[in-house]
Amino acid sequence: MSDIWRMIGRRLLLGLLTLFIISVVIFGATELLPGDLARELLGQSATEETLAALREQLGLNDPAPLRYWNWLTDVLQGDLGVSMATQKPISELVGTRLGNTLFLALYAAALSVPLSLLLGVLAALWRNSVFDRASNALALTAISFPEFFVAYILVLWLAQTGLFPSMVRITGATTTLDLLYMSFLPALTLTLVVTAHMMRMTRAAIINLLASPYIEMARLKGLSPMRVVLLHAVPNALAPIINVVALNLAYLITGVVVVEVVFVYPGLGQLMIDAVTNRDIAVVQAIALIFAAAYVLLNLLADILSTITNPRLMHRK
Amino acid sequence: MIILVSIIVGLGLFFIVGIAARAGLQAAAPAHHKPMFRDMPLTASFGLAVILFYVVVAILAPAIAPFGESEVLGGQYLPWGSPHYLGTDKLGRDMLTRLIYGARNTVGIAFATTALAFVVGSVLGIWAALVGGRLDQWMSRFVDALMAIPALIFSLLLLTIFGTSVLTLILVIAAVDATRVYRLARSVAQGIVVMDYIEAARLRGEGMWRLIRREILPNAMAPLVAEFGLRFCFVFLSISALSFLGLGIKPPTADWGSMVRENATLITFGDITPLLPAGAIALLTVAVNFVVDWQLHRASGLKE
Repeated sequence: MSDIWRMIGRRLLLGLLTLFIISVVIFGATELLPGDLARELLGQSATEETLAALREQLGLNDPAPLRYWNWLTDVLQGDLGVSMATQKPISELVGTRLGNTLFLALYAAALSVPLSLLLGVLAALWRNSVFDRASNALALTAISFPEFFVAYILVLWLAQTGLFPSMVRITGATTTLDLLYMSFLPALTLTLVVTAHMMRMTRAAIINLLASPYIEMARLKGLSPMRVVLLHAVPNALAPIINVVALNLAYLITGVVVVEVVFVYPGLGQLMIDAVTNRDIAVVQAIALIFAAAYVLLNLLADILSTITNPRLMHRK
Repeated sequence: MIILVSIIVGLGLFFIVGIAARAGLQAAAPAHHKPMFRDMPLTASFGLAVILFYVVVAILAPAIAPFGESEVLGGQYLPWGSPHYLGTDKLGRDMLTRLIYGARNTVGIAFATTALAFVVGSVLGIWAALVGGRLDQWMSRFVDALMAIPALIFSLLLLTIFGTSVLTLILVIAAVDATRVYRLARSVAQGIVVMDYIEAARLRGEGMWRLIRREILPNAMAPLVAEFGLRFCFVFLSISALSFLGLGIKPPTADWGSMVRENATLITFGDITPLLPAGAIALLTVAVNFVVDWQLHRASGLKE
């Protein structure tokens, strides 16, 4: 048992280190500019006074490490800075939107994970059948579709007929049930985009094991194919499956950007696109940090879970 | 009903194109390559045919297109019919013409970006594997740090800093994707640099560049080519997504991603015209994926 805790502790430290490096990259990216940020934002025609004023406001007169330190300590205290376009505190802008984005991602995950696991197991069970080939070709096709294509096809089929709304408007009076109904199309789009990959990997992970001697043993004992796959193959395929699920959930959190724009969903992605268009660097940095942190945390979780399902991974040389 | 018909027509086209392309390739291929094409699955021959079609359209765009690329012909959102077979867009430009030019612009830019990412990523990756030691460690850890940030988010961050233009778009996406190519090239090359013939080549006194080009690259080609196809799909999709978000290729250049964005309002009226450029993106990505899938299958030696 203590082994597991030690492993988790080590992974957490590693995750913290990764987050620290990411924050350095996100902050340091502005240092790549040939001139400085103020000059880049105001253009060549800016006067020295306005440049100096903006530098003062952005704190550009301090050396970079000091600025980084101030930024990091503020972020750790929940203060993400001030938006340059709207002059509002970023924490205020991000607050409810972060909740909305997480809701959408969780919604899509709740639809896609069970669906893809089921399809993956079935495809492995009936491998090389018509079902397997069709689902494989469909999955390959779905992976290749741009998100907005999937989204607009769904709008054309399901919103045109009046079944579901094609836009999401969240007001104070919106109940959870309304929200589930309104955000069904965006969630379905995300589901279709990630299900294919998870399904293919689940199938591959299980099929990889089917050649093992112990599976042959189970088969020779006369167990039904369903039992062989579910009770003998799946538990040993859990590690790769957990990893690919986490990878896709992480993708969900960033993949929402396009989908949010299509469905006018008030989430972080839209805020980020607006900020990129306005070159509101402080907002972009804050949101990039949030997305990257979610990405790292999910990968960390997958790493820990898959190690627990396979004790051999814990005693690697 | 319409959905059912379109699925049936689509499947029919798929089989006809696939079988015809397979027969054509087999007839055109030199004798020692014939078996490869004979055993190729329909998906792969369909993919090859589609890719070929896109290349021809892209090269011959000015000759095929009925009108000029950004020529305003009057009449916004005209319905389908002669002389505007696919109607016009919100500024009164011919949709068919812009679709055809889009093949040149969108695919061309995606291809250039992938090629750039590939040259930079694979040369650096192989170099790191070849030199090893501290240089390798530093470069790899640096790439790891960059890869810890999701690709789309990192591209958006860089686009904010450097501004949005076609050149920055190409450089930013190439830089982000080069990190992924670097990882693959390095791990493939690591398996090769320990071979005896590399040792022999080193003892012969071959230089670094010659080692990379003449000894390692030819042996690392198979996985790299497959990766090129997959990477092209990623790059193509991310450039289209960025153009769709208004951060990529700018008007009046005809580009599929921004064409969807500009005409998206038509979808709410049940008009499928804006789906055509999106479908063009999807079709090419599917085609490339089919071909890569086939090549990977062949390379892995799986016959089952």
